[in-house]
Amino acid sequence: MERPNWAPGDIDLERPSVARVYDYWLGGAHNFAADRAVAQRILEDVPHLRGVIVNHRSFLRRAVKHLVSVGVRQFLDLGSGIPTVGNVHEIAQGADPTSKVVYVDIDPVAVAHSRSLLLDNDQVNVLQTDVRDAAVVLKSPEVTELLDFDQPIAVLMVALLHFVPDGEHPREIIAAYRDALPAGSYLAMSHAGYEPGEWDPNWNAARTAYNSNVQQMTYRTKAEIISMFDGFELVEPGVARLPLWQPDSPDDVGDDAATFLGFGAVGRKA
Amino acid sequence: MTERVDHRVRDDRSHLDPAVLAGAESFARSWATAVIGSSYVPMTRAEVAQHLQDLTEMLVEALYATPFRTAPGYEIGARLVDAHFTGTDTLGRTIQLVGDDLLVELGADSDDRLRSRLAALQGALSAGYARALRERTLAEQEAIRAAVLDARDQAEAALRASEARFRAMFTEAAIGIGIADIEGRILDVNQALQDMLGFSVEEMRQYNVRDLMHPEDAGSVWRLYDQLIAGECDHYRAEKRFHRADGEQVWTHLTLSLVRDDHGEPQYQVAMIEDVTDRHLLQNRLRYQALHDPLTGLPNRALFLERLGRVFNNRGKRRRAGLCYLDLDGFKVINDSLGHDIGDQLLVEVGRRLDHSVSGEGKLVARMGGDEFVILVEGSSGTDDIVQVADRVLREMEAPIRISGHELSVSASIGIVERPLAGTTAADLMRDADITLYWAKADGKSRWALYDPERNAREVARFTLSATMPRALERDEFYVEYQPLVRLEDSTVVGVEALVRWQHPEFGRLAPDRFIELAEETGLIVPLGRWVLRKACEEARRWLVEFGDAAPFVSVNLAVRQSRDPELVRDVKRILDECALPPHHLQLELTESAIMGTADEPLESLRALSDMGIKIAIDDFGTGYSNLAYLKHLPVHELKIAGSFMEGLRAADEEDPVDSQIVATLVQLAHALRLGVTAEGVETPAQAKRLHRIGCDTGQGWFFARPGPPDAIDSLLRGDL
Repeated sequence: MERPNWAPGDIDLERPSVARVYDYWLGGAHNFAADRAVAQRILEDVPHLRGVIVNHRSFLRRAVKHLVSVGVRQFLDLGSGIPTVGNVHEIAQGADPTSKVVYVDIDPVAVAHSRSLLLDNDQVNVLQTDVRDAAVVLKSPEVTELLDFDQPIAVLMVALLHFVPDGEHPREIIAAYRDALPAGSYLAMSHAGYEPGEWDPNWNAARTAYNSNVQQMTYRTKAEIISMFDGFELVEPGVARLPLWQPDSPDDVGDDAATFLGFGAVGRKA
Repeated sequence: MTERVDHRVRDDRSHLDPAVLAGAESFARSWATAVIGSSYVPMTRAEVAQHLQDLTEMLVEALYATPFRTAPGYEIGARLVDAHFTGTDTLGRTIQLVGDDLLVELGADSDDRLRSRLAALQGALSAGYARALRERTLAEQEAIRAAVLDARDQAEAALRASEARFRAMFTEAAIGIGIADIEGRILDVNQALQDMLGFSVEEMRQYNVRDLMHPEDAGSVWRLYDQLIAGECDHYRAEKRFHRADGEQVWTHLTLSLVRDDHGEPQYQVAMIEDVTDRHLLQNRLRYQALHDPLTGLPNRALFLERLGRVFNNRGKRRRAGLCYLDLDGFKVINDSLGHDIGDQLLVEVGRRLDHSVSGEGKLVARMGGDEFVILVEGSSGTDDIVQVADRVLREMEAPIRISGHELSVSASIGIVERPLAGTTAADLMRDADITLYWAKADGKSRWALYDPERNAREVARFTLSATMPRALERDEFYVEYQPLVRLEDSTVVGVEALVRWQHPEFGRLAPDRFIELAEETGLIVPLGRWVLRKACEEARRWLVEFGDAAPFVSVNLAVRQSRDPELVRDVKRILDECALPPHHLQLELTESAIMGTADEPLESLRALSDMGIKIAIDDFGTGYSNLAYLKHLPVHELKIAGSFMEGLRAADEEDPVDSQIVATLVQLAHALRLGVTAEGVETPAQAKRLHRIGCDTGQGWFFARPGPPDAIDSLLRGDL
């Protein structure tokens, strides 16, 4: 018998969760032995992965800062994961305390943790659901009661869509969110990927480690990622290698930035 | 996320020597380069550098402070963790960098005291870092475990809610639900099912599903059950009866579904049971109403025909059945005179008596409508069985029926059919019983009649004849024969009687006794009689032309109905005119009853005919009841004495004195009234001689000639014989 969609899944600590594996890589202790074991095994294959993860997180900080600077005060963070440090609401509310954020994640533990941390923050909601179902997200009270769909909203898909294979139609998911947003809204995305011709066996190892231990992973090229911004105007510098997207300072751009295993971009809905 | 850190450490660096300050800045830069990337820190590189600059200044101050304290080192370690420099490489690189570079960057002499202080601060920094990291780790572990518990609580709450919903659905459902394992052991039943069957959950748990078998269950119910248990089908629906705890029965619609486990193996069975007893009873009542007569409560025509149909469907080779078709005699009179209410009550009582006298296996009494009842006897062994039933019914009807002060005597007529089922049909049986009932009525009522195939064949033939007669007339299937009327005195043919015949294409030559009565019934006698009259007149005219004075008159029979036909006189006159036949060449024969029993009008017709010169004869005189006094006033010219009186005059040697006397008296009577006398049925010379002696004027019969075609008369007239 198929489980009704409102029935909860099992909470199995023996199964690694993407959110907790990320937390471990980012130096957090919101994780369990199974998460750490997988995280370490992947790191053995791909030692520089921690740097990659840190860059996604760093992109999130820079992207939110940019969005705040262009006046966005509403954020919908899809696949928000374990709240470690430098979360969206800290950055956004640091700039303007009235900024509103909805965190969405499928991981019930990550969501429970977020809720307990954010109990007193009435400008932040946390929703547990599958972000791939845009209709469910957009119709949820967590979203509709907090966000004003007459004002610009930034949808954040940081380190998210490389876990959505083509068969699950990531473009249609983006389109579903895009179509619900008012003009002047934004999409910020970071995505694992590389350009044709670049290939590092370690990347394959990373993907294999992910696929078999955590979640199916799909690398995409810059062109593919550009096409995902259909209906959006990309802000400078367009789709760029993560370290090269509006770096804080030239010092932050390492030697390997031009071949970095991942892209970031922010687009504005016309 | 509440872990917000104030990266700004202190702003009192002014008391440091500018050279030392510059050294500290240089060290901080190296430090930043060493630790950036070892952990994720939500700061820009510049922010990280500033943060480490502050920590460096703190460290430098502590190094030179008086009195020397290690506490700042401890705090620096803690602040590194607070800023999320939690990567384990961070501490190692920091301690190493502090040990290797700090004093050099500060341009300080590396004396023992300073080195010792630095070592103490390094130790304090490590301890502070370790302690802060430990606390942070423990706090995060605690937080994530708490989150797990929360999530589980929520999951369980959701699960409980969903289970509560399902439970409520199960408990509150108006439909009965029962769950059993695959061996049929009942595990749970909801309230609706408990109420429906009258057993508690505990009692139901004592049962196996197979214990709920009902003797009236269709075989398919349990065949499908076995298939379901075997996993061959996933669900089925059935109509099923259950025994209630109180012994009553429940009619249900049952849906049984198979629940499989994760491997697809049959695990549970779930029954959904809807109580349809009320509907069932209503259907039964409607069916009963549809199949029973509301007045008498007896089965009605529909049920009777259904039952009869079933008898024929289940017939064996030697099976027989019988029907009594019963109709009250004179019921219409009772109904019309005493009213429908009395009539209805009478029918109720008759129904009761029938039911009472005809009870038993294989017998069915039904009311067909009105005052018609029918009794079906299945598996009869012969006609006697049914006759016994009919006799009993007639006896049962003998006692008067008392209704509202009226004492009503009723009788019934019954048509009986009894025969083997092979070779007949329900419709045949019904039709024949109906016909036989008609016979019983026609034979005098208050009796039964037994179906007689020959009688039926005759009646069918009669019917066929009457149905084909109009066309026969059109097709000229009738023809006329003539029998001489001979004057006894000199054996001269003075007249001929026209006798109609029917050359039937199927039945052959038919005498008038086969069809005249039918023609009278149908009214066809009028055109037929007219046709005969014309034929006879045409012939008479021919004879008149051919034989002149020797030509005979024609004597034509006039049926009762013809005699009362208001067109009679005009018809006769027209025919005579058209045939140019003088009226005295025509004689019309009527029976006694046609003349005597009539009102004035036909008599007037006869008088008119007589006045025209046509002779009127009374046919078969002596067999009816003639008013002899009246006879004198009638326009009659001739009496034809019925052939039956000639019997006693037939023998050559001896005559019957009574017959002889009767004929003599009739002749005297006729002559007294100045009527001529014709003797019919003269068959022997002795008869002819005696009749002549008695004084009879004319004779007719085989002795003289049989009826024949016109040319036979021609021959006679020519004296060919």
